[in-house]
Amino acid sequence: MNGASSAVVVTDLVKRFGDFVAVDAISLEARKGEIFGFLGPNGAGKSTTIRMLCGLLRPTSGQAQVSGLDVATQPEQVRQNIGYMSQKFSLYNDLTVSENLNFFAGMYSVGRSDLTSRLDWAIDMAGLRGRENSFTGTLAAGWKQRLALGCAVLHRPQVLFLDEPTSGVDPLSRRKFWDMIHTMAAEGVTVFVTTHYMDEAEYCNRLVLIDRGKIVASGSPLELKQKYMAGDLLLVECDEIGTALELLQGAPGVDDAAIFGNALHLVVPKASAAIAAVTSYLSQHGITVQTIEPIRPSLEDVFVSLTTARTGAATEKPIP
Amino acid sequence: MIGRLRHMLIKEFIQVFRDKRARFFLFGPPIIQMLIFGYAATLEIKHVPTAIVDYDNSQVSRDLISRFTASRYFDVRHRLADSRQIAAVIERGDAVLAIQINAGFARRVRKGQVAHVQVIVDSSNSNTALVGLGYVNEVTGAFAGDYQLETLQRTSPLAIARMPKIVLDRRPWYNTDMSSQWFFVPGVIGNLLLVIVMTLTAFAVVREREIGTLEQIMVTPIRRAEFILGKTIPFFLIGLFDALLISSVGTLWFKVPLRGSLAVLTLGTVLFLFCVLGIGLFISTVSLTQQQAMVTGFFFIMPSIIFSGFGSPISSMPTFLQYLTYINPMRYYQTVLRGIYLKGVGLEALWPHLAAMALIGGVMLTISILRFHKSLE
Ligand SMILES: Nc1ncnc2c1ncn2[C@@H]1O[C@H](COP(=O)(O)OP(=O)(O)OP(=O)(O)O)[C@@H](O)[C@H]1O
Ligand SMILES: [Mg+2]
Repeated sequence: MNGASSAVVVTDLVKRFGDFVAVDAISLEARKGEIFGFLGPNGAGKSTTIRMLCGLLRPTSGQAQVSGLDVATQPEQVRQNIGYMSQKFSLYNDLTVSENLNFFAGMYSVGRSDLTSRLDWAIDMAGLRGRENSFTGTLAAGWKQRLALGCAVLHRPQVLFLDEPTSGVDPLSRRKFWDMIHTMAAEGVTVFVTTHYMDEAEYCNRLVLIDRGKIVASGSPLELKQKYMAGDLLLVECDEIGTALELLQGAPGVDDAAIFGNALHLVVPKASAAIAAVTSYLSQHGITVQTIEPIRPSLEDVFVSLTTARTGAATEKPIP
Repeated sequence: MIGRLRHMLIKEFIQVFRDKRARFFLFGPPIIQMLIFGYAATLEIKHVPTAIVDYDNSQVSRDLISRFTASRYFDVRHRLADSRQIAAVIERGDAVLAIQINAGFARRVRKGQVAHVQVIVDSSNSNTALVGLGYVNEVTGAFAGDYQLETLQRTSPLAIARMPKIVLDRRPWYNTDMSSQWFFVPGVIGNLLLVIVMTLTAFAVVREREIGTLEQIMVTPIRRAEFILGKTIPFFLIGLFDALLISSVGTLWFKVPLRGSLAVLTLGTVLFLFCVLGIGLFISTVSLTQQQAMVTGFFFIMPSIIFSGFGSPISSMPTFLQYLTYINPMRYYQTVLRGIYLKGVGLEALWPHLAAMALIGGVMLTISILRFHKSLE
């Protein structure tokens, strides 16, 4: 591994809670200035991994280095170099915007010379100019989220850990948020982010997919789509979608089938051949096909095919 | 280091003082409770509701009854004609005592025979019953004594001169009027400090755990010691201020004398607050939610007060419980409070109690801080 350009290096990291293995010997590496996406279904172990990387949880075994510092032996130095936004919104609702900012600036010992400019920067970035004295609890979710980001980066950390930063935020605010993340990455900050939104995953330079504590795939969004979607993807709209799904999951010539919204996505070896075969197979079972056409695979397809392959069931949470 | 601690303190104080309700909670209830305790918490039993049935209806029986009606210990509310009414009156709680004088009372007294007065008592509150019976005993005893004396005076005045007499000279020290207000008011200071400071400390930490800000703080470079100091110094100061407030009410309103040294009292309060902060932090390490903290707090508050000698004396508890009271910081603080307020004793008498609190406070804080480190995992 190339230590000089790696911001996060994880080797065989394990976390056990009693008998339960939440993180099972994962290894990964995030380069400087990279937006590193960490994906996985609920309970996959994403937050647990991030919390170990931030020094909040002690790893059961394995190693993790952040900015070249070992999280187990040098947690204090690690903390000065990272920013963290936890999955749960966690600023003080009973403090005002500027009181929250001042508090976190104080916690990170932001120097006096830098303080005013950093606070101004954070307020502008969060779009809270003029609302510095509003109580944080009264802000809408999008503003809160950007304020939390502002608080987390006042000290110019080299690595930023964001655990589902945009959950519960409207699409426009999510876009603004990601613009800010891109700006910071362009300035050399490594952003380690978990998300359930597949469109956000497409913004990442690199992705790691984790399921039940184990890494199941990694690569750039494009690589993942090419590598893990061997075959073509078909979109099928038909009656009795549930029955159709059951039929197609065991059908010959269909590698995989899953529900997406009110349609089915099928993974097949060759689209041209499969269209006729699937249509007739379904009509034999009394199901009329309205639409069947080849589509470009999205990350969501990759995500679903990889995690369902392991669980043998559809994803727990419909992805918005 | 100083910078971070300063920011922690600023934040805590803003949070505590911002909210109108919280502000009131800090200083309103202590004063109100002090007033309530000062007036209501009393060991004295007065105005015992009493019913009387007089079947004798003689001069003598009326004399005896007038002694009950004149006494401030009895409140003769019911004059019943029939003893069968007694049960109903006691059951309703309209009377705690019923005194029944049977027909022939005066005749027997005059003849020098044993005359019976029947007392029925509601002993569901054993203390009131016991004290009430004592009063009845005293009143009838005095009545009998006076009656005998009168008879002797008429029959053989000379014999009186030869009668032996024992007179009790009562010299109550420290609390000359034996006012139970004086006894309770200093003690209440300890109870209020325990409840307020312990609850505030525990809640301040648990609240942050509950809303997730604890995690956000713990990824900053803040040291555990800074965090703990930030979470205890404000409540220590508030505790000291509350102590001043409550004791002022005691001195200015209830006129309880402060006879000993204010410096020793302050020292004792500081040491006691260390113990309470230790308990508060301990509760925060075993509670995930504010509700749990509340229940755990209760678990500490009740025994702390009961086994401190605040109400009933430790010497009348079973021996093994008496040993248990030695680990209760409140026990020592109560001794210090009453020692300084009423007895006016100083360091020479109180140092063992102060030392015990210092020891317990040190141990409690150490345990809590160690546990606190672990609980962050
Ligand atoms: N302190 C803990 N004690 C016991 N089990 C835990 C603890 N923290 C997490 N777990 C378990 O570890 C597993 C992984 O949890 P984690 O929070 O890392 O998942 P996640 O990938 O972040 O999921 P989500 O998308 O829901 O946030 C879950 O099954 C969770 O119940
Ligand atoms: Mg999570």
